Parts: sequence; C-alpha cells; structure tokens
Amino acid sequence: MPACFQFGKTAMLRLTNLSKTYRTGDKALNDVSFEVHKGQIIGLIGPSGAGKSTLIRCINRLVEPTGGEVRLGEVNLVTLGKSDLRRQRRRIGMIFQEYALVERLSVMENVLSGRLGYVPFWRSWLRRFEGHDIQRAYELLDRVGLLQHADKRADALSGGQRQRVGIARALMQDPDLLLVDEPTASLDPKTSRQIMRLLTEICSERGLPAIVNIHDVPLAQHFMQRIIGLRAGTVVFDGVAEALDETVLTEIYGAEDWNALRPETPAEPARAPVEVPA
Amino acid sequence: MTAPAYPKTWRRPPQILANRRIRIAIQIGVLIYLVLAVGSIEVNWLRVFEGLERGQRFVMGFLSPDFTSRWRDIQQGLVESLTMTLTSTVIGVALSIPIGIGGARNMVPRPVYLVCRSIIAVSRALQEIIVAIFLVAMFGFGPFAGFLTLTFATIGFIGKLLADEIEEIDASQVEAIRATGATWPQLLVYAVQPQVMPRIIGLSLYRLDINFRESAVIGIVGAGGIGATLNTAIDRYEYDSAGAILLIIIAIVMVAEYSSSYLRKFLQ
Repeated sequence: MPACFQFGKTAMLRLTNLSKTYRTGDKALNDVSFEVHKGQIIGLIGPSGAGKSTLIRCINRLVEPTGGEVRLGEVNLVTLGKSDLRRQRRRIGMIFQEYALVERLSVMENVLSGRLGYVPFWRSWLRRFEGHDIQRAYELLDRVGLLQHADKRADALSGGQRQRVGIARALMQDPDLLLVDEPTASLDPKTSRQIMRLLTEICSERGLPAIVNIHDVPLAQHFMQRIIGLRAGTVVFDGVAEALDETVLTEIYGAEDWNALRPETPAEPARAPVEVPA
Repeated sequence: MTAPAYPKTWRRPPQILANRRIRIAIQIGVLIYLVLAVGSIEVNWLRVFEGLERGQRFVMGFLSPDFTSRWRDIQQGLVESLTMTLTSTVIGVALSIPIGIGGARNMVPRPVYLVCRSIIAVSRALQEIIVAIFLVAMFGFGPFAGFLTLTFATIGFIGKLLADEIEEIDASQVEAIRATGATWPQLLVYAVQPQVMPRIIGLSLYRLDINFRESAVIGIVGAGGIGATLNTAIDRYEYDSAGAILLIIIAIVMVAEYSSSYLRKFLQ
C-alpha cells in the first residue's frame, strides 16, 4: 500500500482474505484484503457483478462471508454472535442506492431509526426517544439542509432529499465507519455531485472513514483520494485516484476506448478540505 | 444486392400443445363430454313447475316485506349477528397477526414458518359451514359457536393474505433497518409494520363484512344470529318476514361495503 495512506495509527477497518462463495457455487469475493484508516474515503469501483455490493455487505454481515476476517478496530466481526453483531452494527452506518428509507414513516422517524440499536424496544415502539437523541436528529437534519421537512413523510421528498435523509440516518448511529452503496446511482448528475460533496465534507468533518461503491469513474476520481478496483471478486487496483489511467481501467473493466468519452479534467480539485466542525 | 425475402405472414405459434392433431382431438373430446354430461342431468319438470309457484310466493314476500310482525325476533337476531361479527373479527385479526408474521418466509426461521403456514392451511381448508356444524355439536346452538367459527375462518383469511403481503415487502427497507443494529421486534415495528399497515386495516374491514354475511349463513346450521331467524321464518313459510330479513342483510352489507371502501381510501 502506498505510504501516503498510512495515517500513523492503526487501521479502523482491516479486511483479511475476505471471501464469499454463494450457495450456487458462485465465487463473489476472492481473498480481499485491505485496510481503511480514520478519515479516509475509499471509492470502490468495478464492473457490475464484480462483488462491490457483496463486499460492503460482508463487512456488516448483511451477507455472511464464507472466509477471512473483518476487523473493526479490535473486534473481528465475522465470528460474533447475534447480539454482539447487533452491537457492532451500530458502529457502521450504511447508505443505500435507492435510499432504502421507510417510505411511510416521517423524515424524523427515519432519522431516529438510526438509534434503534441503542434504545430499548418500548422507546422505539412508542416513539419516545430521549431528548438528546431528538436534539441530535434535528441537528443532523439541519446539517443536511432538511430541517423544515422533519415531519413530512419520506415518500414526499425528491431523490436528492431522500438521500440526505439516508445520510442523516447513518450519522445518527454515531458510526465509526460508513458503508455507502452506489449513493448516486438513482440521482441526476448535479444532485449526484451535491450528494458526493456533502458526503465527503461530512466524512472529513468527523474524521469518518467510508467505503463508497460507485460506478461513475470520473465522479469517483473527482471526490476520492483512494480508489480500489474490483474485478470478479478480486482486488486488481488499490491506489491514489490520479493513478487511475487507461491501463488500470482496462484491467478493471476490460478493453474499451477510455479516452473517447472522458470529460475534461476538472479545473478545481473538488475534494473537501479538512474543516473543523463549527 | 436484392433484399432478402422476408415472409409476409406470421402466426402466433401454439403455446401449449404443438401437435395439431392432439389439439383437435382434445377439443372434440371436451365437446362430447359436455354433451353427455348435460344429457345425464335428470330434470323432473313437474317438480320444477311446482317450485316455480313457491318461488313466486317467495318473490311476492320480497315485494311486500313484513318488518313488524316478527320484529322482536329480527332485532334479537341482528344484535346477535352484529356482536358475533365484531367480536370474531377483532379477536380473529388479533390472532392472525402473529400467525401471519410467522407465515412470512422472510421474517422467521423455517420451522416457525411451516407451523404457521399449516395453521393457515387448516383454517382455509375447512369451510365455515362445516366448522359451524362441528362447533354447534360441541358447544350447543347459539351465537358462541358462531363466534368461534368466524374467528377460526378469519385467522385463515387474514393470516394468509398478511403472510403473502409481508413476503412481498420492499426488502431494502428491512435491510436498512437491520443495518442500524435493530433487534427483530424493532425490525417488525420500523420496517415491516409501516409497509403492511394499510393492507391490514383494509383486509380487516373487508373481513368484517364477510363475517357479517357468513353469520347469516352459519345461523342456518344453528350458530345463532340473523341466519337462525331467517331459517325459522322460511321454515314457517313466512316469506314476507324472510324477505324483510334479506333486505336488512343486503342493506347492512352495502353500508359496510361503502364505509369500508371510504375508510380504506382515507387511509392510503
């Protein structure tokens, strides 16, 4: 791994020989190993079916890995029992492609559902969340610019707004890691950029590491420092965004004329500078 | 270069039986069976003629319904039926919700699924009248047997439709809630309930008017309610009172139908 990725301290997340073979015999992941450090945003690219979704779902075990290790801090997630796994899932926020909001619940309920792992059943059932949780939910809604929409139903919002609710829900968990599955796949180009900018800003504000599945290569290059390329369940590239050239793209995706459609290189670096939260 | 000779005719290829001879043979066979079957029905035309006269009296009773002379019986039957309907729907729905959740493959382990689906299957396999005859024999004549019958039937009906509904909910919402570290009960309350609640309410209202109609039918085999009153009236050849009862049943079913469809629209 390039030296610039070592932020000194230990890795927040360490995958070691992570493998997944589906019951049909399809090998989705093949000995995937890498580390993610605090505050680092990783763009995970690769063709459809390369195992990007499986990879991030193996981390919080929405999909059960069949081999290898996932270490979040000091804890190996792969061997945990049910209730320990739930406790660790609270530390991992997840953001989804089609937002995956509970459509018939209000925006506020969706954000508060990020606290489900922390509160007893009766509190969540009766919607009696504690004062500091409610305060934090409002604060996060304000951060993503949806404060005045708190009591609307989630299905009344536009795509970009819904994804902002998704981000607020994930942050509500107070996570140590964000898993982001194609956050912009259902959004228009402008909204996509806004969402990516918001995500990268939030991550650098909080020093939050994130793994972002993304199939839009220019967008990935534009917003991420580090890119991991997956092909048929195997890591074939792991390096800085600038190193992503034709040869690498061909190795990840197969032969194609990569220059034909490439947009002009962005004038300003869009990567969010590290800010101190106000 | 000349254009290739594409055909100008196209017919949809046969989808099930490719062989033309077999197809025709089957069609002829069905036709012969139909003719023979119709021929085997014995019709006693004299009896039909007598029946017409009775039918006429029945229709005349409808046209001059008599609400007053048996009003006390009718009133009692109605109160019994409505009580039976309401209690059996409420209890039946309350029991069928856990069974419906247990019958959804995506929510529970396989053994639980099989047990719940078996309960649903038994309830659906037994027709209300058969259950009513059985329960009347066990608990005696009267609305209690009717209440039990309708509760039992409600479990099969709501249980099955709820289980199917839960199996078809949007899995990504469930996945998202699971990813927050939620427990199984929280998953039900946050990811499943919001998705199926309008359906549960709609089905319950629908079952309410089915139960009312069924209460009229099972009364005939002794399970109390307006059906028992109707049966008595017909046995006494009081077609005017019977007509009144039928009109009341129709009116109540229509009121239930319209109010439940209005409520369902309001809830969406």
